[in-house]
Amino acid sequence: MSISLEEVNKIAKLARLTFSDAEKQKLQQELSAILDYVDQLKELSGKTSFQITDDPDAVNLVRDDVVDAQINPQEFLAQVPAREGKFIKVKSVLE
Amino acid sequence: MDFTDLTIKSASELLSQKKVSALELAQMSLKRIKEVDDKLHAFLYVAEKESLESAKHTDEMIIADHEHSALTGIPYAVKDNILVKGMQATAASKILENYKATFDATVIRKLKQVSPTMMGKTNLDEFGMGVSTENSAFGPTKNPYDLSRVPGGSSGGSAAAVAAGEVLFALGTDTGGSSRQPASFCGVVGFKPTYGRTSRHGLIALGSSLDQPGILAKTVEDTATIFQIMAGQDELDTTTLPKPVPDYSKFLKENLKGLKIGVPKEYFAAGLDPEVKTIIEQGIKKFEELGAQVSEMSLPNVKYALSAYYIILPVEISANLSRYDGIRFGLSAPGKNLEEVYYNTRSAGFGAEPKRRIMIGTYASSAGYYDAYYKKAKLAQGLIRDDFKKAFEKVDLIVTPTSPNVAFKFGEKTSNPLSAYLEDIFTGPLNIAGIPGLVVPGGLTKQGLPVGIQLIANHFAEEKLFMAGHALEQSLNLKLKPNI
Repeated sequence: MSISLEEVNKIAKLARLTFSDAEKQKLQQELSAILDYVDQLKELSGKTSFQITDDPDAVNLVRDDVVDAQINPQEFLAQVPAREGKFIKVKSVLE
Repeated sequence: MDFTDLTIKSASELLSQKKVSALELAQMSLKRIKEVDDKLHAFLYVAEKESLESAKHTDEMIIADHEHSALTGIPYAVKDNILVKGMQATAASKILENYKATFDATVIRKLKQVSPTMMGKTNLDEFGMGVSTENSAFGPTKNPYDLSRVPGGSSGGSAAAVAAGEVLFALGTDTGGSSRQPASFCGVVGFKPTYGRTSRHGLIALGSSLDQPGILAKTVEDTATIFQIMAGQDELDTTTLPKPVPDYSKFLKENLKGLKIGVPKEYFAAGLDPEVKTIIEQGIKKFEELGAQVSEMSLPNVKYALSAYYIILPVEISANLSRYDGIRFGLSAPGKNLEEVYYNTRSAGFGAEPKRRIMIGTYASSAGYYDAYYKKAKLAQGLIRDDFKKAFEKVDLIVTPTSPNVAFKFGEKTSNPLSAYLEDIFTGPLNIAGIPGLVVPGGLTKQGLPVGIQLIANHFAEEKLFMAGHALEQSLNLKLKPNI
């Protein structure tokens, strides 16, 4: 096993996911198998040469910060699970 | 007129000659969906009312304008991870079950300008994570050629809908083969553009550096017609490049004299189904008959592609899927504090595969592991990209199998996630390198299952794919049609 149960617990916490003990054991096996497979990358040495693109047309783009009338805030707010008026309602962050 | 025999081209001609109306085409599409979709489950949502209204409006417009585009009035479907304003966009996930899109994806906005008729939203593996639609939270789609087999994935619903003649084309997405592998399994044309050629705005993000919208259609010419509308820079996706979009119809020739085609030996190694191999080799022979010069070549680093893919993609997934927190949209599960809302929502809303990939991605990008995994994966990505770059100094196109096998049976690859991941072995390298690919049906196996031939071109050289794909298709003259 290239990954321990403690590590599974730690990642689950970082990812905000809960699992049963049986699920954790299965995940430990599955993640280990996947990590064993990708271990072939360790053969590679050298510096990262990858750039997203070397195309001369790829330049950083900016656009004016103007209100786009196509987007209706009410329609966006209609998708919010809990709200009060135009505010998004959330549970307390600090106890 | 048999609706299932129509292509975009033939239906558009019938519309011009007033032999059929847009409304009649929409009605025929709905009739076919009612006939077969109980068996196939290609659709997650059938837009019956909307499509009839839209088609009526299109007919009025055709009468008023006397002119129409090749896509006007053509019934099509959209993978349910692409936003169509006012319609569901579940990504086949419980976490977005009740979500309604608040805007149109750029590709939808562009299509709407030429008024094809949208018939509904198609099934997929949850968020696009899978190769069979078995990871859909709403049940799998079946292969129209054999209902005991998968249609491929993740755009399996779109591929099955086109193959079964429910619609004349469908949009998919392609992150590692999600439009091409289902095209191969369902005997239709499947296409992934160059990364940066087509806008991702309004696609539910999976791997943002790999995703592209895809096309599933019946012919290469139809595919080029659709892509003509979709391609081009978009200010809402800053990774699209300001390259001129050529007139693709000008490249659809029957003769390939002088075209140089490379066949990478790495794609024909052990593990390739012998019948698949034979069909690909027959296709390569056809290319020679059409005047192309075929030579063997090597892509030495492509063997690292899948490892790189299954690090880079999960890392991007773990970041992209962090937005599903139960606060802004989608499912929200109660909890006594904010953190518990996160845990409960995500644990209830995501299926097993998204959870697995979020876990891998979180691990590979976490402190202490980033160098060992993510950085190495990016190194491999650079090497693979260089392999293709060098190859395209010598050849115009590369020809390969799409998948090592034909459509497999339900359940065959569900017990071992890695075995499903290996399905992307021939398609994933294109997304890793950012280059375009086209899958053209190559024939049927003795069992009657389709096999697609994958053509690969250099960045922004989609026209070469259409040229060679069209010539191959005309020469093979298969006219595949499932018996359903």
